[in-house]
Amino acid sequence: MTATGNAEGFGASVKRKEDQRFLTGKGNYTDDINRRGQSYAHFVRSPHAHARIRGIDASAALAMPGVLTVLTGQDVAADKLGGLICGWTIHSKDGSPMKAPAHPILALDEVRFVGDHVAVVIAETASQAKDAAEAVAVDYDVLPAVVSTADAAKPGSPLVHADVPSNLCYQWELGDKAATEAAFKNAAHIVSLDLVNNRLIPNPMEPRAAVGDYDSGTGTFTLFTTSQNPHLARLVLSAFVGIAPEHKLRVVAPDVGGGFGSKIFIYSEEAVCVWAAKKVDRPVKWTSDRSEAFLSDAHGRDHVSHAELAVDAEGRFLGLHVRTTAAMGAYLHTFSAAVPTYLYGTLLAGQYTTPAIYVEVDAVFTNTAPVDAYRGAGRPEATYLLERIVECAARDLGKDPAELRRLNFIRKFPYATPVALEYDVGDFDASMDRALELAEYSTFPARKAEAARRGKLRGIGFSAYIEACGLAPSRVAGALGAGVGLFESAQVRFNPTGNVQVFTGCHSHGQGHETTYAQLVSEHLGVSLDNIEIIHGDTAQVQYGLGTYGSRSGSVGGSAIIKAADKIIAKGRKIVAYRMEASVDDIEFKAGVFKVAGTDKQMTIAEVAFNAYVPHNYPLEELEPGLDENAFYDPQNFTFPSGTHICEVEIDPETGVTQIVKFTAVDDFGRIINPMIVHGQVHGGIAQGIGQAMLEGCHYDEETGQLITGSFMDYCMPRADDLPNFTIDATETACTHNPIGVKGCGEAGAIGSPPAVINAVTDAIGIRHMDMPATPERVWRAIQSTRLPRAAE
Amino acid sequence: MYEFSYHKASSVAEAAGLIASHPDAKLMSGGQTLIPTLKQRLAAPSDVIDLSKIAELKGIKVAGNVVTIGAGTLHAEVAASKDVQAAIPALAALAGNIGDAQVRNRGTLGGSIANNDPAADYPGAVVALGATVITNKRRIAGDDFFTGMFETALEADEIVTAVEFPKAEKANYQKFPNPASRYAMVGAFVAKTASGVRVAITGAGPTVFRWNDAEAALSKSLTAAALDGVKASADNLNSDIHASADYRAHLIGVLAKRAVVALG
Repeated sequence: MTATGNAEGFGASVKRKEDQRFLTGKGNYTDDINRRGQSYAHFVRSPHAHARIRGIDASAALAMPGVLTVLTGQDVAADKLGGLICGWTIHSKDGSPMKAPAHPILALDEVRFVGDHVAVVIAETASQAKDAAEAVAVDYDVLPAVVSTADAAKPGSPLVHADVPSNLCYQWELGDKAATEAAFKNAAHIVSLDLVNNRLIPNPMEPRAAVGDYDSGTGTFTLFTTSQNPHLARLVLSAFVGIAPEHKLRVVAPDVGGGFGSKIFIYSEEAVCVWAAKKVDRPVKWTSDRSEAFLSDAHGRDHVSHAELAVDAEGRFLGLHVRTTAAMGAYLHTFSAAVPTYLYGTLLAGQYTTPAIYVEVDAVFTNTAPVDAYRGAGRPEATYLLERIVECAARDLGKDPAELRRLNFIRKFPYATPVALEYDVGDFDASMDRALELAEYSTFPARKAEAARRGKLRGIGFSAYIEACGLAPSRVAGALGAGVGLFESAQVRFNPTGNVQVFTGCHSHGQGHETTYAQLVSEHLGVSLDNIEIIHGDTAQVQYGLGTYGSRSGSVGGSAIIKAADKIIAKGRKIVAYRMEASVDDIEFKAGVFKVAGTDKQMTIAEVAFNAYVPHNYPLEELEPGLDENAFYDPQNFTFPSGTHICEVEIDPETGVTQIVKFTAVDDFGRIINPMIVHGQVHGGIAQGIGQAMLEGCHYDEETGQLITGSFMDYCMPRADDLPNFTIDATETACTHNPIGVKGCGEAGAIGSPPAVINAVTDAIGIRHMDMPATPERVWRAIQSTRLPRAAE
Repeated sequence: MYEFSYHKASSVAEAAGLIASHPDAKLMSGGQTLIPTLKQRLAAPSDVIDLSKIAELKGIKVAGNVVTIGAGTLHAEVAASKDVQAAIPALAALAGNIGDAQVRNRGTLGGSIANNDPAADYPGAVVALGATVITNKRRIAGDDFFTGMFETALEADEIVTAVEFPKAEKANYQKFPNPASRYAMVGAFVAKTASGVRVAITGAGPTVFRWNDAEAALSKSLTAAALDGVKASADNLNSDIHASADYRAHLIGVLAKRAVVALG
């Protein structure tokens, strides 16, 4: 596309169209939806990490005021409903498919984590449902539980599922084992590292909610839900759970207050609400409270890894061997199997020319909440591991960490990695150069010395990341085990009066699609922003879609919109050619105006739309009336955003309190539609990454499986005063294979930042490694460990 | 929350009468602990007696060497009080750093000390300043008021009406906030009072306590150096995912020194 001078188009930081309603309290979230005759659901949840259900006595609950029904796993089974599924099948090294135990929407005979859904009470009011839920008597036979990811597959660990030996879901591998072993034989140095990627609890601002409705007149179900992908929810609820066929199930995801991945998935509660709506012939509403969210939203990360990097005498990386154990939680979840495999192992080349890489991943079940995709999903885990071991290599070899990275940068594109990806484009030197400049790297020693004079420890840390976004070429995804295609669809509809409605399958829940997509259309079709409406989130309005996750909305969803818009232009040219009695080949389109080349004859796109809907003077023999085009876009490749993050910290050695004094991020997202929105995405992503690195961490009691971090009193979310002002800039190499050149920016901050923070903290202290989060006590203890030998001298 | 009967008391006498006649009732001042507890169904009182509208519980008076703060006085009012800022600046600063702005505009002095959360800030001031807690029945020395985790010397039907804080020659409070909750993970209140140097530690143990070894050392020399080599014991300190007992013991030393330095 060429710049058209459109002040609202590509590259303009226009204010977000959706913010008027969000900032004035006019948003319409799932909990704002109230249907006539609505009843309320409350879930009875397991207080035990693992127990057999001997029996459920709901008689007392049923006798309580306002109670309409109590439903259990037995009722689900009697209605012959299916369970929740994992949409991706991973195969083990030996070729066997992963173990995918049944995941009923209400537990049938066993509960497997604290918070597991046992029964639901439907009542006239939410309070009545909650009161009655306490009166549901569940007779549990408590079983031993396993919580630790590292211990799950060890002999003697309790089994989460009796039919899954050693709790092993799969044992996956990727890469060339023999070549990697050979590389280690030739190494001058072998750098090894053990690390944990801490489990996180997503905590979007809006907790999950669902309203199920059933119209007995038409036999149609409607589910209003907090979803990032309503069509996928409809597909799973129809094809696997068996609520209703797709044409009899409408799924609406209205305004959604953040997801970070946790609302991609299809959960028990939404299935139960829509199913129960028919059982009680009343709309059924459920709104999670924050405590339920901590227990039952899918968690993220949770890896335990050992890695070894083979390096030659000059510092060139020869081979990387990674062995990871990844927790799945108690059940497989919508995307969970794919996260520590194809979204993780494939990213271990990073920005480097390492010729041989071999990765093994054991996925284990534990008696904890399911683990699934969370902002970055696999890529933060890969980046953290790689950028930590590269930093360790620099320290072990006594090399400057920036120069060691530079020595190993990939500089020829396209580049086929040893772990199945082909990077189309990138310029890693450019982002490193700019980041070093903005971070004032050359004068860091002076700042460190000045801090030392104040009794403070100052450190600097790098992270040079790459990620794969724009999920995904359907053919590739299918070959790797995906159960769905990963294209996106769009419909661009001109109305007779010249304004435009765009229907997209990419739901917006904080990303600002209603603005950026409108900017794309404004740039491409020359229509003012005010005359463009983006419609998403309703299977009854939007033709189809795979949803918003994996930073795919710009590159895949945006490309689908451009494809549909191109069809509009093509049809417009035919209409104008007919009206102007010219050849279609002579019709030019620019900035909303069709012109006959070399003449002053022209029509605006609004005039063309009017003619298409009032076809009095129109080529009806050759062309249908109307100006409304549909497109499906399947990407040719992933996109590869990359960049350099540099973190500078100052530590108070007396307390271990660590302050991030500067954080620099230079990212290459390809072309940028709205820089302000991209900055916002980067800010939020870095905040989440710093949260993981310094503050957040999910803790279960190792013995009982009780969630210790079950509220904000104990689960430490990042707050504004935990963060510095970020220094952010961009470099640009346009994506080569989509029509708009964008790569995606939604996850980069959370992917790039954690290793930069830990590299800075360990640099300041002068140690090799520290697991996240770098809490004051951990940092203080690490400082003590460096001082003890001296004290003993 | 479970159902309960709500009573809006208009006087201390009325509230005392209500609590005496409703043995399963709870007194509520700012409700900053009670309301979340009720919402989580962790408490099921038959009645809630609201003290927040009782005029006689409010207000700050300075008379001679004593600052008397009504039990119903908001943290924000204490923080903003010119009288408190002038008389005991450390107390105003402590109040201004409790919770967040919302908490400070609902939470009260009386509610905080009657609840005696081990991580609360005010108990540090009450003990270190040698304050006296006044109830509808008697006067209780600050040293005798806090008896254990969420336990006080208050009888079931006894209501805190005010706290008398003697002016200190110098005082300072240093707080190490829990990163998640922002309650005091450790708080050290050091005061040079008419009766000597007093060091109260909150957040670290089951309830506020005086750090006797530090008081002894500081009584000889009110300098940070006087605390070199004085180590707080980790015995009986709290230990959780945020901080072990050892780390809390270490922080006690660091914060007490910083408080001494800040005394000037």
